[in-house]
Amino acid sequence: MSDSRRSFLLKSFSASTAAWLTANWPAEVAAAEKAQAMGTFTYFTKLQAADVDAMAAQIYPSDSTPGAKEAQVIYFIDTALVTFAADKQDIYAKGLADLASHTGGKAFASLPADQQVQVLTAIEKTPFFRTVRDHTIMGMFASPQHGGNYKKVGWTQIGYDDSLNFRAPFGAYDKAEGTW
Amino acid sequence: MKKFKPSEEVDFVIVGSGAAGGVMAKQLAQAGFSVVVMEQGAWGAYGHEQDYNKDELINRFPSEEDRLLSDPKTQRNTFRRNANEKAVAGSHNYGCVVGGGTVTYGASSWRHLPYEFNEASTFGTMKGTGIADWPVSYAEIEPYYTQAEWEIGISGPNIKTPLIAPMSKPYPCRPLPLKSSGALIQKAAAKLNLTVTPNVAAIITEPYNGRSGCINCGACSGYGCQVKARSSSAVALLPVAVATGNCEIRVHSYVREINVDASGRATGVTYFEKANNNQEVFQKAKCVVLSANGTETPRLLLLSKSNRFQHGLANSSGIVGKYLMTGNGGGASGLFPDPLNEYKGAVTGAAVLSYVPNDVKGRGFYGGGRMTARGQMSPIQYGLAGPHGAPSWGAGYKKALIEQANRRLTMVNFISQLPVETNVVDLDPEVKDAWGLPAMRITTTSHENDFKAMQFFIDRSVDILKAAGATEVWADQVNDSKGGAHARGTARMGNDPKTSVVNKYHRAHDVPNLFVVDGSSFVTGGRNHPTMTISALAYRCADHLVKAAKTGNVTI
Repeated sequence: MSDSRRSFLLKSFSASTAAWLTANWPAEVAAAEKAQAMGTFTYFTKLQAADVDAMAAQIYPSDSTPGAKEAQVIYFIDTALVTFAADKQDIYAKGLADLASHTGGKAFASLPADQQVQVLTAIEKTPFFRTVRDHTIMGMFASPQHGGNYKKVGWTQIGYDDSLNFRAPFGAYDKAEGTW
Repeated sequence: MKKFKPSEEVDFVIVGSGAAGGVMAKQLAQAGFSVVVMEQGAWGAYGHEQDYNKDELINRFPSEEDRLLSDPKTQRNTFRRNANEKAVAGSHNYGCVVGGGTVTYGASSWRHLPYEFNEASTFGTMKGTGIADWPVSYAEIEPYYTQAEWEIGISGPNIKTPLIAPMSKPYPCRPLPLKSSGALIQKAAAKLNLTVTPNVAAIITEPYNGRSGCINCGACSGYGCQVKARSSSAVALLPVAVATGNCEIRVHSYVREINVDASGRATGVTYFEKANNNQEVFQKAKCVVLSANGTETPRLLLLSKSNRFQHGLANSSGIVGKYLMTGNGGGASGLFPDPLNEYKGAVTGAAVLSYVPNDVKGRGFYGGGRMTARGQMSPIQYGLAGPHGAPSWGAGYKKALIEQANRRLTMVNFISQLPVETNVVDLDPEVKDAWGLPAMRITTTSHENDFKAMQFFIDRSVDILKAAGATEVWADQVNDSKGGAHARGTARMGNDPKTSVVNKYHRAHDVPNLFVVDGSSFVTGGRNHPTMTISALAYRCADHLVKAAKTGNVTI
């Protein structure tokens, strides 16, 4: 865990979000924050985290632009499973246990990329895969204060400016037309 | 805020604090009557609006106190297409916070056109429908539209065209800015000879009545407004009611029954008080105003059974809950070469008005619609929905997601839906809500005519997007509605007690001191933009009530 990651976490938990989380899952959130600051996980074991991280990296790959790894989606999912998505813990537990039956007993994270894609394609209709898919995307595009979208890499890719205060013109076509 | 004891007989208890309840509370409190407003939801950020959440993830997974909409897991409801089916768990919900749906709505605020009040006599009726004239005319309601627009704070175009209802006074605020959506459909309209105008919205665009103008934050529909630019009941009306010293708003108060005495008069309401372990409390009142929305209002009437009213209160006609209109839509989407950045600004910027009027001969169906153009998708919503014509994950997904970002425009249409007697809100015989009361059951299938209307508007949407220069266009499938915030028609107004629930002043035919004021009173559905008409009807009802009470014609 780098210093920049640690200071980022300290800065990014705004008062209002911390209040929201604390009101809902006080002990879990405190543990999750502490675990992330230490580069460890609250819900996942390290092996589980490695598998989910590898899944997320196939769902939203890194290429010439950042993907789930750079967005640190795994931390988002780890926190999600003890906060707003606590009801999805069973889906993960069962899904991760079942992965071995598709990998010949090997850790998913240890497979070459093409085999990882094959495994995920085989399970893409399962509730487990769909949940990881949705959580990966949320981790790319939720506010960084929830653990993913590190340095707003997700928002930057889709051209989203989070200023929440704009003046017209907003886009290319109204700029060309002017006003009503 | 003034507080009343439940044992104290107040002049009015109002169930619901939304578009209608807010108007009723303000008008009655200002006239000097004592008023208690029952709201089943929380305060929200009432009075400290800067604290409304703008975080998309928190908005998707709100804590109980942050909730702005009802939760189908507690406010349980069931759904079926027709009476032969067994209803399954439904996803219907509605605004559930002080201010009701006006706290989070898209805020479109179109008046009905004059002919939308007398479609039966203007265009005729149709077999299998309950098309009828309203017992009030546009001319009678017009002054109240004006009053509502100026008191609530509406922005819109001041253009004279037969496609916009005639107005005795212009809108108080200039329209929302032109967005790329507006610029593009203007271009299409020039080619296709259509009329496009800025949307009419309950969003102020400049300082008005002590509130500041919209800052185009973009986290609009579905979110509370941090700068009080959205003219919700919670910022435009309820604070005025409370400031009179005559009005109490009582949150987390879930009304389960309207009580009546042996003579058939309403005596007050019984509600579950959340702060007190959901204990039942009876609030005594001289009059009851029911403004709980087009689905909860009929449910509450049906829940209020007694020896005298064995089929539910105000239901001697047997039509409480019937003629439900939930609102039809459907449209098309397209991609454009350059960024639209539609996520900035209010959700709806422009409207195509050319297909609002009826043209039964020309189009082969009864009714019309208002088309709107929007591209707004917040980041998580966009990512989860995914790019068009691409895989749902992996390299192909990511590539298309980035390529299509900010380049999508969607035509979202607001289409008439005919009142049909078999489209119903009633009580589920098995499922209970979290309070142990029978859950709401929705049974609805649109009339055959309305499927033609939906297809027509999908086709016109494709035409417009192509004419606007879209590089790729895809159409929605026709999709019949299931529920939602625009529910209307379930306690219709009329002159005949055999065929209507309330009279032209919203007084229940069967209960002299019960007033039903919200979308339930609608006779026909308009073009699925109901809120401004709900507000105007409430102003008219309140005006009548105050005048009648002062001349001794209402016993309060």
